[in-house]
Formats: sequence, structure tokens, C-alpha cells
Amino acid sequence: MAPAGRTLLIVALFICGYGIFASLYGARTGRWEWADSGRRAVYALALVTTIAWVILEAAFLRSDFSFNVVAAHSSTTTPTFYKLAAPWSSQEGSLLLWVWLMSLWSSLILFLTRARVREIAPYATAVLLGFAAFFTSLATFFANPFATSATAPAEGAGLDPLLLHPSMMIHPPMLYSGYTLMTIPFAFAIGALITGRLGSEWISVTRRFALAGWLFLGIGIVLGARWSYTELGWGGYWAWDPVENAALMPWLCITAFIHSIMIQEKRGMLKVWNASLVLATGILAILGTFLVRSGILDSIHAFGASTLGGPFLALIALMVAGSVGLVVSRRADLRSEHHLDSLLSREAVFLLQNLVLVALAFAVFWGTFFPLISEAVTGTKHSLGPPWYDRYTVPLALIVVLLSGVGPLIAWRRATPANLRRAFAAPLAVAAATAVVLLVATDAARRPLALTLFALAAFVLACVAQELWRGARARGAIAGEALPVALVALVRRNRRRYGGYLVHAGIAVLFVGVAASSSFQHVNQTSLRPGQTARVGSYTFRFDRPTVAVQAQKISLGAVMSVFEHGRRVQTLRTAREFYPDTTLGPFQAPISRFFTGEPETQVGLNAGLTRDMWAAVDVPLTPLQSALDFRDRQFQMALRELTTKRRLAAYIQARDVVVDSLAQRWAQHPWAADFRLIVSPLVTWIWIGGIIAAAGGLIALWPAPVAARRRATAAYRSRLGRELAESGA
Amino acid sequence: MLIVVAVVVLVLTGPLRAARASRPAPDRPAGAEAADLEAARDAKYREIREAEMDYRTGKLSEDDWRAIDHDLRAEAIEILRRLDRVRDRAAAPRG
Repeated sequence: MAPAGRTLLIVALFICGYGIFASLYGARTGRWEWADSGRRAVYALALVTTIAWVILEAAFLRSDFSFNVVAAHSSTTTPTFYKLAAPWSSQEGSLLLWVWLMSLWSSLILFLTRARVREIAPYATAVLLGFAAFFTSLATFFANPFATSATAPAEGAGLDPLLLHPSMMIHPPMLYSGYTLMTIPFAFAIGALITGRLGSEWISVTRRFALAGWLFLGIGIVLGARWSYTELGWGGYWAWDPVENAALMPWLCITAFIHSIMIQEKRGMLKVWNASLVLATGILAILGTFLVRSGILDSIHAFGASTLGGPFLALIALMVAGSVGLVVSRRADLRSEHHLDSLLSREAVFLLQNLVLVALAFAVFWGTFFPLISEAVTGTKHSLGPPWYDRYTVPLALIVVLLSGVGPLIAWRRATPANLRRAFAAPLAVAAATAVVLLVATDAARRPLALTLFALAAFVLACVAQELWRGARARGAIAGEALPVALVALVRRNRRRYGGYLVHAGIAVLFVGVAASSSFQHVNQTSLRPGQTARVGSYTFRFDRPTVAVQAQKISLGAVMSVFEHGRRVQTLRTAREFYPDTTLGPFQAPISRFFTGEPETQVGLNAGLTRDMWAAVDVPLTPLQSALDFRDRQFQMALRELTTKRRLAAYIQARDVVVDSLAQRWAQHPWAADFRLIVSPLVTWIWIGGIIAAAGGLIALWPAPVAARRRATAAYRSRLGRELAESGA
Repeated sequence: MLIVVAVVVLVLTGPLRAARASRPAPDRPAGAEAADLEAARDAKYREIREAEMDYRTGKLSEDDWRAIDHDLRAEAIEILRRLDRVRDRAAAPRG
């Protein structure tokens, strides 16, 4: 099947090339059958890449180690659940996943718009196929997922243990879906700029795809944070790691775009800004992929440095140059049709919010690329850590949260001070009351920024609740509906608005979790023997007993801990350090210690609750075992060299396993001091809850209204306006 | 693999074969302008609805709402007029 996969990549390249030609030829000559043929090239690409993807997945499921990528990233003992995810743990599989997802989303948008934006679509098709050609070329010539070896190994290297987590099943596809969805508004913006068709239509057809990109990328970011918190053994969920930042930058820009296009749709304003923003988002999406795949910046996420940096840089340079050139050349057509009526207006709030979001994105960009900039200027790579990021992002994030409450309550075009007083009185009172309660009842005063965030979050939640209440009450009064019915009808009728409000509420809740857990966390890093205790905030952690588990794929040395509060046991935590075999060693090297020296992983002991999380991670040092390991290595190396028959090999393996097991059991029988990282963190769970609420809001905003309802709304207005037309003598 | 390639070729050449069967092409420039106006019209209807909702939820006084509503309706009427003109042009016999 590997030759079939390789052939399909070549076919995909030809399809991309043909589609680009056909689309551009059709657009330039007005022969629209060629443009339609170019659109169908995208459908054909989706078909071909789907088959290629199925071939790759089948190879993983079959553990076909003749495929190099399968041998390097899977094994016969990898659970089936993770075999399905293993393709995207590799460079090769990731590139194919990118093309596949891109072809699916592109097919969807082009199918949905086959009778619309007919002048723009061919250029957008060419751009999308250009991206597909780029990634397919990388997969074909640099990192081929269907590359094979003449001699297939009997066993694969297995999946990186860090990736054996449910979040990893969906985190990369979510991120890549986000990135690829963001190329769609980029492509249509390019088409609009080339053709000069800069009206509302290209925005209206791509808006949902921008929102979907926002949603998927946001889910991917939160899943990545969850994975970091539960898998990486440091107890945090966000480290301003370059690959984390790579996803955050386009997400911030697309958040700004989703808001500012409303201004363009309503008032014909911010056309240059929106065009620049969506183009920047597309560039950042490619840049994000580049950061992950090129290995150019040190990151615990990066899957190794590769030779892809050069091609990616060339593509990004082309995108930047082309985008700037097009926006500059069309600046006359991008003039605003109206101006800001009032600074007291939703337009003004959105504009301010856009500026803050872009400033946030720039701060993250600067911090991410500073190592490269410093290396270029000074010759030394200097990294910027979390304190630098916090200094700039925290104040900006506070402003974003504030504006997410103000925006929904302020009218379009103009609001009067009297209306503002009426609108904000209750939410401000709630915010003030929250601040007072926290000051009196907690120690929040020692963290003024966190306290400010809590008050702002209360403000936002009150604003959203007030909007829902007033909207439902107004609808109920007009339609004669009971309040709950009116509320549901209100949301159904205005999904974009109220879905957006729910997103604001979710983000506020998420930030509450972030502020509480980062500002009021208690951490203790200590060394404990069984029976010893450590204090973490108001809790006492006791190392009760060691645990040992020896399995074919790993050795787990762990600890059971009891947690006490005011002398009463409140929780039991189990944590372990898992040791995997070192697969890089030759057959005669370290026959015993190899089982302890592969890439270790931490199993975190976590008890999550609505008010606080208890978190424990153990690191069992192997120093006490070292002399025994060295001795056994020498012993078994000699035995290995004297093996002559298969029966003696079987006996050797049996003896080896007994020795490995006995060495591991020493941890249980005569435990030594182990290093523990112990954390008690308040309100972490609300980060995930906030993410879920925001995602639900995004889904509601994304969901199209029933066609019949749209037609009814349009027909009603047409008839009313038609009467007015007649009365005005038109 | 041959079947896949054959299907791909059929898919790609479908429109080209149909064009040889002389299907008339839509009026592209007028169609695009009409589409832009329809999108603008829909956005204007949304604005009118949102302005009323802003009034009913207390964000706008009645006077402000009536003024804004008047402006929005005038803008909507202008869009509808332009749309009608574009459609009339597209429907007019050529030559």
C-alpha cells in the first residue's frame, strides 16, 4: 500500500497544479467552466488525500513497520486508541493531516459558494490549492509518510509516552483544523483584493469559517493546556512555550477579526483594517505550523528540528509581500464608507478591543521570536520567560475582559450617558460587591491584579445575564411568551449575538480560573521518604508507601500519598514516574539498565474539584540502583555474547526479566528518598469549565438559523420596506 | 489507483464537457454586484433588527432608536433600489 500512498501524493500534486491553472485561466478569460473545473480540483484533492490518509491509518492499525513512520512512532503494544492518533505525532503524518484537513474545509466552502462570489472564488481556489501544493510537496519530497525500508523491523519504537493521553487524540487535529480554516478567509480576502470585489459578500461567505477556525483553534489551545497540566509533571497549564504561542497569536487576531467584520458589515468601515487582519491571521496560521514543524525555537513540544524551515520561510515571505502589495494597491477601494458616529458606541468599543487584541498578539509575537532576534543581533539566544509575558499580557487581558462586558451593553452608532448609566448600574454594582466580599472574606487583597480580574469577571457575567434577562423580557412582551420560552426563542433567533455573549461569559470564567490558580497557588518542591510529610498551604501531604508496577512497555515507580487538612484525611493521591526502555541502544548495550533509561514520564496524582485541585508528581531517582544496574549490565552482556541457541535465548530473556523486576521491586522493599512536586491550586477546574462554555457559545454562534426563519425575516422586512418604497413614490 | 485517477479526471473535466454542451454562462459582473448588494441588504436587515432590540433592552432611548431606525431604513431602501436596478439591467434583453 505504500507505493499507492506515494502515487496518491504525486496525483495530489498534479491536481493542485491543474486546479491552480484552471482557476486562474477561467478567472482571467471569463471562461467559467475552467473556474468550475478548478473548484472541482479541490474536491478531487479531498478524495485523493482522504484515500492517502486511510492508507496511512491502516498501516498504523496493522502495525506495518515497513512504513518508516509507523516503525518510528508506533509499536505492537501501542493501544489501538493511540495508534489512530500516532500519525500526527510525526512530521510526515502531520503534513498529510494538514493537506487532508485543508482539502476538506476548502471543498466545503467552495461547494457552499458554488453559486456565489463567482469572481472571487477562482482566485481563492488558486490560493487554497497553492497552500495544498506547498504542503503536499513537503510531504512528497522532504517528509514522505509513505517512505519504506527494505527490511521492516520486528517491532516499532512506540509512541512518545508524553503523547499517550486522551487530549493528544484530538489536540493536533483541532489545532490543524483551526489553522486550515483560517486559510479560507485569507484566500477569499486575496481573491477580493485581486478582483476589487470588496463589498460585504466575501465576508459573509467566509465569516462562519473564520468563526469555525476560532472555535477549533481555541479548543486545541485549551486541550493543550489540559494536557500540559495533567501530563508534563510541572503542574502548570501555560508556559508561554513557542508552540503554545504559535497557536495563540492567530487565535487573538481571528478574535479581533470576528468582531471588527461586524463593523464593516454594518457601517462599511475598517476595510483596510479587516483585510490586513485576516491576511495577518492567515500568515500567523502558517507561521504557527512553521514553528511546530521547523524546530527553529526550543520547545518541549517541537518534534525535532527538520529541513522544512527554508521552504516555510519562503512561503511566509511570499504571503507577507503579496498581502502588503495587494492592500496597498487597493487602498482607494478600501476607503471607509462611513465614520465613527460617537466614541460612546459599540463600534468604538470594538475598535478599542481590536487594538488591544492585536497588541496582545504583538507582545506574544515579540516574546516568541526574541530568541531569534537576540541571536541575530548579539549572537546569543536569549529567551523571555513567563514574568516578561505576564508584565505585558496581564494588563492587556484585563482590558479585554472589561471590554467584553462593556461591548454587549452599549448600542451601535451612538449611546447616551443616560442610557449607559441605566445599562451599567447593575453590573457595576455586582462587580463592586464582588470586590468587597473578596476583600473582606479572603486574602485577595494581596494580589490586586487577581482581585481586579475577579471583579471584572463578575461585571462581565452580570452584563451577559442582564442582556439575556432584558432580551427575554422584551421578546416575551412582544410575542406573549413565557420567560423561559422567550429566552430560548431569543437565542435561536439571534444565535450570533447570544452565542457571542456566552463566549464572553466563558472567557470570563476561564480567566477567573487562571487568575486564582496562578495567584493563590501553593507549591512545595521537596524530598520525602515514606512516612514523611510536607506542608502545602493549609494541607499536609504524607508519603505513605511506594508502589511498583513492571510491564512489558514500562516500569512504574510511584508513591501513594495521603492529604490532610486540619488533621483529617481528605484525599489520597497516586503518582508515579514511568521509565521506558531506551530504544536507541544497540543489542549489546546496557541489557538491564536500558529498561530504566529511556524517556521517562510522570503520572500525575490529581484530585480536581470545583474549589481547588491537589496535584502531586514524584520523581524517583535511580542513583541508589546505579551500582546494581552496572553490575547486572556487565553480567548480562557476557551472557548475551555466549548465547548460541534459541532455547538459551529464551532462558536469557526470562532471567533478564526476573532481574529487572527484582531491581524495580527494591523501590518497594527498601524505598529511598524521592523528589516530590506538590501543588494546591484554587479554581483550576473553572479554566476547563470556562473553555467548555466558550466553546458552546462558539457553536451556537456558528450554527445557521433555519432557512425558513431567514426567509421569513427577509420577507417581512421586504414587505415593510416595499410599502415605504411605494409611499416614497419610488 | 487507475480507478482513482479515472474518477479524478472525470471530476475535473465535468464542467469542460458541460460547457461544450452549450450551457449559458450567468451574467458574471451583474451577478457579482447583485450578490454584494444582497449581502449588504441582509446585513442592513440585521442592523434594523438589532437596533430595535437595543431599544427594547434599554440601550437606546426611544428618540435615539427612532432616529437610528429611520437612517437604517433609508439605507436599506437605497440598497433595495440599487438591487432592483442591477436586476433590471441583468434582465434587459441584450443588444
